[in-house]
Amino acid sequence: MSVRERATTGNGAFATGSARYVISFDQASKDDHPSLGGKCAGLAALIAAGAAVPPGFAVTTHAYADMLAAHDLADQIAARTDALSAYDVGGQARIAQDIRDLIRTRPMPAEIAAAIRIGYAELCDRFGPDLPVAVRSSGTAEDLPEASFAGQGDTYLWTVGVDAVIERVRDCWASLFTARAIAYRAKQGLGHLELAMAAGVQKMVDARAAGVAMSLDPSNGDRSKIVIESTWGLGEPLVSGEVTPDCFVIDKVLLESVKRTIAPKLRELVADHRARRTVLREVDEARRNIPSLTEGQLRAVARTVKTIEKAIGVPQDIEWAIDPHLPENEGVVLLQSRPETVWTNKKTETAPARTYATGIEGVLSTLLSPLAARK
Amino acid sequence: MTAQARFPSPYDLKAPQGAEGWREFYPYFTLFQDELKSADEKRFWFCDAQHWPTPFRPFDTIMVEYACKCLGQYNTRHLLVPPANGVDYRIHNGYLYMSPMAVPPDQIPARVPHFLERAGFYFQNWNALLEKWHVKVRKVIDDLEALTFEPLPDMVPKEWIFEGRGLDNTYDLIENYDRAIQLCYKAWQYHFEFLNLGYAAYLDFFGFCKEQFPNIPDQAIARMVQGIDVDLFRPDDELKKLARLAVESGVGDALMSGSVEQALAAAAKHPKGGAWIDAWNAAKYPWFNFTSGNGFYSADKYWIEHLDIPLGYVRNYITQLKKGAKIERPTAEVAAERERITKEYAELLNKDTRPVFEQKLGLARTVFPYVENHNFYIEHWSLGVFWRKMRELSRLFMNAGFWSDPEGMFFLNRNEVREALFDYCSAWAVGADAIGPHYWPQRIEQRKKVMAALATHKPQPALNEPPDVVTEPFTIMLWGITTDRISSWLNGATNSGQLTGMAASPGAVEGLARVIRSADELDQIKDGEILVTPVTAPSWAPVFSKISATVTDIGGMMSHAAIVCREYGLPAVTATGSASSIIKTGQKLRVDGSKGEVTILS
Repeated sequence: MSVRERATTGNGAFATGSARYVISFDQASKDDHPSLGGKCAGLAALIAAGAAVPPGFAVTTHAYADMLAAHDLADQIAARTDALSAYDVGGQARIAQDIRDLIRTRPMPAEIAAAIRIGYAELCDRFGPDLPVAVRSSGTAEDLPEASFAGQGDTYLWTVGVDAVIERVRDCWASLFTARAIAYRAKQGLGHLELAMAAGVQKMVDARAAGVAMSLDPSNGDRSKIVIESTWGLGEPLVSGEVTPDCFVIDKVLLESVKRTIAPKLRELVADHRARRTVLREVDEARRNIPSLTEGQLRAVARTVKTIEKAIGVPQDIEWAIDPHLPENEGVVLLQSRPETVWTNKKTETAPARTYATGIEGVLSTLLSPLAARK
Repeated sequence: MTAQARFPSPYDLKAPQGAEGWREFYPYFTLFQDELKSADEKRFWFCDAQHWPTPFRPFDTIMVEYACKCLGQYNTRHLLVPPANGVDYRIHNGYLYMSPMAVPPDQIPARVPHFLERAGFYFQNWNALLEKWHVKVRKVIDDLEALTFEPLPDMVPKEWIFEGRGLDNTYDLIENYDRAIQLCYKAWQYHFEFLNLGYAAYLDFFGFCKEQFPNIPDQAIARMVQGIDVDLFRPDDELKKLARLAVESGVGDALMSGSVEQALAAAAKHPKGGAWIDAWNAAKYPWFNFTSGNGFYSADKYWIEHLDIPLGYVRNYITQLKKGAKIERPTAEVAAERERITKEYAELLNKDTRPVFEQKLGLARTVFPYVENHNFYIEHWSLGVFWRKMRELSRLFMNAGFWSDPEGMFFLNRNEVREALFDYCSAWAVGADAIGPHYWPQRIEQRKKVMAALATHKPQPALNEPPDVVTEPFTIMLWGITTDRISSWLNGATNSGQLTGMAASPGAVEGLARVIRSADELDQIKDGEILVTPVTAPSWAPVFSKISATVTDIGGMMSHAAIVCREYGLPAVTATGSASSIIKTGQKLRVDGSKGEVTILS
């Protein structure tokens, strides 16, 4: 039973109105997107485009709004932010802290908490009790590219247990009011209460391998290729440049690899389940120099990238992971996808394509300038 | 490539022990001659083990002489292909080495207008000219079929006396031999009438794709162009139809054991056996004019003369059908996949380049069926009839005491055959004993020993110093000889059980190796094994439904092995250089036809 079904048809006192607060990623419709915040709407869009994402649900902006309303927080926040400019940096930080405390110390309305309990219980039903989840802020301004900082909030990895999840959702709401975010909004002329905050509660991916992928060859803009970088464990060290990844160039039409560079992979970021955190550790000798993706996984990542690009319509820059708890070749989950910008924007500037002779003239020019000599 | 990296000189390569004297077998113009040492040592020669994997019997050089001569004539004299003349050839220690002839740069411009006019005419009138070609080739086949090699009678026929003919039976006999040789020569001329242009148009599309989609897999381009209903695959399709008919009509069990005669007799007793035998006989012509080799060797076995070969394949298909396997080629899937691939690449192009793509693809698709189909009409059918007629003649000699082996004639070169024929005719006329029966038997035995010694050693992949970069388009396309390939030969890249070659047909599998050196060994192959061989012929098609992948020593993207594997959806790695001598039957392999890698796992 989905979160939504459970929330709307369930037997408990929590049923009525729960769907207003909690929406499973894979149940979200286009109409729901405004209430999911940028990050969760992006994940819902990926699912709609045919990708798997780590399972989870959004705690909607309605929950945030009703929280503020339940405790008359809007006026109290406005009173504080209106006076902000009078303070120095230290003062602003204090005000910001004060606002966050306002939100954190007020109890979450029972209906919202109940909806989150149902959502988390449903995830635990599927993947095991006390499921570690990531709780991520998902602000409504995130999808404004130039204001991407405005609604940026915190992410809490390895959250376990529903009480902790509820705490972290409230922390996400509060994270709308960091000093930095407040200052940024002020500078951009954005009202502090115009933005809303949703939160995503998402199963932690215990990635066997992870990485990034581009749906074109970033070295030359060739759109018939997919370039995949991959490393053992979670993808963060790859994204931050701490490890040298394996690199695969895949032909997008055949989904066959045309080039591969297997890098020595010395370290990997993996889950420490007992400590509920990640640790960077040495890769055992046997796995250092072998590909971090099997042929089947490689093909599955490429197929997913191709599908997503096609659904979204422009070249994509994607973060993905291999979830070891899903069946081989189905275990590709996407963490994020955004439009590729470098080559997509460059397109209009490129010189007119060289002209080609066809027919016998084309054959002649090919014979006179054989391919191997041009390489 | 470093300057000192070079292959041995043929002048330093001695004959293998027991093979001394091999040079006497072959025409002088096919040999490295001492008088030309300094000139020929400056030239780069690569071994064409793709077409000629085993040493030549003396008679069999006819095929390489005609093939190279006729390839050359179209480039050099018919079409004036601006940068490329023919491919020169030499035989050394029994194997064939080739050297492409580039046109000197200052002569290229003058050839361009001629090429445009002549080749342009062919491209514009392709289908009409091809129809004529089919008529011409059928005439060659009919003319060959009409040739007879009858033993000389005791008396010239009485009618010839009364009609004042004035000639004897030897006249026709000698003329028929000469005509057979000439018809073979004609078949080889026709063979190349369209072939070079077909490859050139393919190469034009190929180059365009490589520029638009850097590193696009070669096989992607091949799969956009390759035909679906190809005559070359008809013989195998016919066998599959026969197998299905046998199973559906209940005749299958009757066919499963005994000799061909026994099986057909058993089938005839079945109520529906007559219909099956009619279908079997109908399939023979022309489709059983099909060799289990490549048509270039006198030792090739043609189905029509060895009905046990096609029947064996039919039995294999019957067994598979009874297990519920699907044996037909997935033509609908291949066709749908071809359209999908084409559409997806086309969609990646902008509005300026897409029409170019479509025009070049259109030309490639127009010309390419010839590249595949000529092989059936020339190598299988025309040359099949030629070899059958030559075997008739060899048996005539055998019956006249010249040798005891029905294949004895092929240990003489074709000019020696003509001498022997005259010996036979002359002795008949004179009323004396022919010299041949006293002269040839021990010489044939000696030549067989030399042949066996030649076959014990592997040819060098190439001779002398390689060029800095291989630019000759036909060399790359037909033989898979690229600058990289030569480097890997020189480096003997065979470390840690890993072989690399050309990624010829996609997919990856693991399985047990079966090393096969000739068509006679094909029946050793078991279901699911990986075929490892110096080179395959498309006529090995029936085994392709049993194997899981193919690895060859030599062959380009457009080699027979590559074409057939793509057609059958099997992974293939070609041009590994030495897989068939490094890999042993029974070893566990991983073959990755997408990357061109073969790994020996155990």
